[in-house]
Amino acid sequence: MGLPPYASTGERIWYYAFRGICIAIFFFLLAPILIMIPLSFNAQPFFTFTREMLTLQPEGFSLRWYRDFLGSASWLRSIQNSFIIGAAATVLATTLGTLAALGLSRAQMPFKGLIMGILISPIIVPLIISAAGMFFFFSSVNLAQTYIGVILAHTALGVPFVVITVTATLVGFDESLTRAAASLGASPTRTFFKITMPLILPGVISGALFAFITSFDEIVIVLFVAGVEQRTIPREMWSGIREQISPTILAVATILVLLSIALLTTVELLRRRSERIRGLSPG
Amino acid sequence: MGANGAESGFVRFDRVQKSYDGETLVVKDLNLDIARGEFMTMLGPSGSGKTTCLMMLAGFETATFGDILLGGRPINNIPPHKRGIGMVFQNYALFPHMTVGENLSFPLEVRGMGKADREAKVKRALDMVQMGAFSGRRPAQLSGGQQQRIALARALVFEPDLVLMDEPLGALDKNLRERMQYEIKHIHNNLGVTVVYVTHDQTEALTMSDKVAVFDDGKIQQLAPPDDLYERPENAFVAAFIGENNTLRGTVTRIEGDACTVKLDGKAGEVVALRVNVEGEGAKTTLSLRPERVHIAPENGRFPNTFDGRVEELIYLGDHIRVRVSLAGNDEFIVKVPNSTSGRRISVGETLRLGWAKEDCRALDPS
Repeated sequence: MGLPPYASTGERIWYYAFRGICIAIFFFLLAPILIMIPLSFNAQPFFTFTREMLTLQPEGFSLRWYRDFLGSASWLRSIQNSFIIGAAATVLATTLGTLAALGLSRAQMPFKGLIMGILISPIIVPLIISAAGMFFFFSSVNLAQTYIGVILAHTALGVPFVVITVTATLVGFDESLTRAAASLGASPTRTFFKITMPLILPGVISGALFAFITSFDEIVIVLFVAGVEQRTIPREMWSGIREQISPTILAVATILVLLSIALLTTVELLRRRSERIRGLSPG
Repeated sequence: MGANGAESGFVRFDRVQKSYDGETLVVKDLNLDIARGEFMTMLGPSGSGKTTCLMMLAGFETATFGDILLGGRPINNIPPHKRGIGMVFQNYALFPHMTVGENLSFPLEVRGMGKADREAKVKRALDMVQMGAFSGRRPAQLSGGQQQRIALARALVFEPDLVLMDEPLGALDKNLRERMQYEIKHIHNNLGVTVVYVTHDQTEALTMSDKVAVFDDGKIQQLAPPDDLYERPENAFVAAFIGENNTLRGTVTRIEGDACTVKLDGKAGEVVALRVNVEGEGAKTTLSLRPERVHIAPENGRFPNTFDGRVEELIYLGDHIRVRVSLAGNDEFIVKVPNSTSGRRISVGETLRLGWAKEDCRALDPS
């Protein structure tokens, strides 16, 4: 991608300017996240770099906020809640979203556009409106301030991602494969588990990942629907900022960032591996 | 093998109709008997209804009206996976996430067969298509021709009585296609399995089939063995669709026994032709004449039909030369001249005397 020998002065200027702009954009996106990591090791209860930290003296750093975090019952419960709600919502959203995508991919499916629109709406309608609606609805059916309520709400938020990714995978799905399976004697159920499912698995995994991440960092609905019992990590951070300004929140954020990177990497590797095994991509 | 002496009506289409939109019929009143062990080809242009018929037989489409019978049993209400019909798809439809061996093993696993039996059958099927060494490969690692063989082996491995093939050679290059035609034909002869083959390639149909059903407009235009189809087409569509064909149009003026005299349009002369499909004297007709049945400079009195034609174009094709002649008002008249050392040289612009026999000139419907 170097400059061609015939590049004009203008092209040369743009070539370097373009790279400069790209670096600036990445800095803009990443700086707020990266800055948290060193700050979370602050020995003082401040959100700014102390002189000791800037001169890299060991006294300036400590793990006290991490100890604080791990020693706090409410933080630990929020982690547990986030994983319970996230996992349950992911399983539900993935199952329902995959089934919906399969149905919507059929040629003879009526009202496709309308149904697709309704299923996608949770990510289009402003979250606060969904949240308020769910609050009133769940209150009237006694689901407010329950795990099931939060899980169902997060499922609704996760379904669109699964529908979108699985539908995209199904676009390339060769319908004659299911016909071939039928001609070889496989029942529709067997065909689904042995042929269709393995082939759309990469899309399902991506969708599940999006659904989990959505649930994991969702706060608006949790504020409305969840009670004290169901506080998730974002909800705990929110009160952390409002009620006791402590760098513990930076430690939590750092752990979450690392966790997200690990999760994304694992799932992406898993997806690539399954894509390769399924013979969908060369290699 | 073949139609002779075989049980007739192993597969039967009985007044089958198919419509996708409830208005236009894609298949119109189809009646067809296929004998056990027969190689039946459904040949026709795209949109002629041939693939729809195959899909109805496989169970992927349902007949709007009429019955399809397999071994005397109506199968309209049997789902595809319970019909036990093997099928080779146009794009092979091999399962990309399974190895070749797993692909072939799949129908056997579905049938609950033990591992040892499965392995033996898979091996035999792969050997049959000369792919024994490829069991561990994935479909993506095979060439088109190899995938085609695997698809064929997979459709045969569970020993179905009936195998359907939907333009299976369409994606292969010409040489490979010809070799596969012979191979499929040999496998058919060896196994005695009934084959219903769909293609739009007439050469393929003529090479491989015991019988060919020519489809057009949702109807069977002619059902006949390949040689009959080529030499004795019953209507203008079949004559034009199968092989190369010269067409002359005119009006029947006189009928005598199996002969009829036709006055060509545009006062171009009179032709004595074989009466095949004309309504009677005064009716319009299309005359069909194969290019290789036209003789150049015949002896006087040998043929009832002789015409002078001007050579418009010569096309060299190696084993023969196609000569395009302007004759009796038709300047698309083709004559095939074999490329032999004794053959005379023909040049563009010269006038050729051409003649043909009554029997080779068939008077068909006006189309």
